[in-house]
Amino acid sequence: MKLLRMKPGHGEIVIAEGDVAVAEQERELIEAFRAELDAGMWAAVPTQAEGGRREAEMVRSFDEVPRDAERVIFFPRAAGGAPGASR
Amino acid sequence: MALALGTGGVLLVVLVWELARPTLAGALARTRASVLARRREGSAGGYDPGRERRAEQRARVLLRSCVDEHDWAMYRELGFLRVWGGLSDPGDGREPGYAYLIYPHKPIVAYVPATGALLNEYCVAFPDNSKPYGSARLPHSDDVLAKWMALTADERRLVGEANMHLPGRQIDPERVRRDLARLAQWERQRASRVALAPSPDARRARIARRDNVRAA
Repeated sequence: MKLLRMKPGHGEIVIAEGDVAVAEQERELIEAFRAELDAGMWAAVPTQAEGGRREAEMVRSFDEVPRDAERVIFFPRAAGGAPGASR
Repeated sequence: MALALGTGGVLLVVLVWELARPTLAGALARTRASVLARRREGSAGGYDPGRERRAEQRARVLLRSCVDEHDWAMYRELGFLRVWGGLSDPGDGREPGYAYLIYPHKPIVAYVPATGALLNEYCVAFPDNSKPYGSARLPHSDDVLAKWMALTADERRLVGEANMHLPGRQIDPERVRRDLARLAQWERQRASRVALAPSPDARRARIARRDNVRAA
């Protein structure tokens, strides 16, 4: 499993990687996961629904991450914004 | 007389030099420090004309790996993504009553696919306040992916975080209507291409026939 974080000016970076079946690596993944949530990030797991349609699942704790998930993507939490007019 | 004037001139030059030397030395040291500081900034996080382009390329790869092939083609060719609204999904295979258009770094536009009527603009951003390279803005494709993930995973939560406005607040409604027309045309063309494309069996049969002709 890879924990990825979107980053301005860079694209995604790998913040942790490991096998959840290995206790030591799982612990490191959990610590990295918590650190990102503490930093105010949202976490999503890309999934595939029935019928093959791609979608995502938001997760709020490591327990909610499917054990077979290949990656968790962290991104800054949404904020109501009003970016500059685009007309 | 000339000797006296020459000596006086030399003394004057030496005097001016001695007076100006500390000021000149200080200015030189400041200039040198400033150049070194700019170089350090340049290597650690200052302006890099290629950084945003590289970041966008990474973001596009990530987006492509997460969405359907159809959606990726839509974004690549039209510059936006359509996400069906999930809160009114009839669940019987029919299209939901509304959908969203996701533009990079612009509000999400909700509309009714059946009529093309625009419903709302949802102004939402994903600012990274750590500003690792001086900007809080994600690359364009990361912004689209963040919106796509948040909408497909928890539409109600994202809509709740956004500032809702009537259509036309930030995006010209005419532009959105043009985009909806482009989207409809693009999907028609894509559907006809798929319909015209030979099936895998037909393609295999054609290749076999060609190989047989060559062998003969």
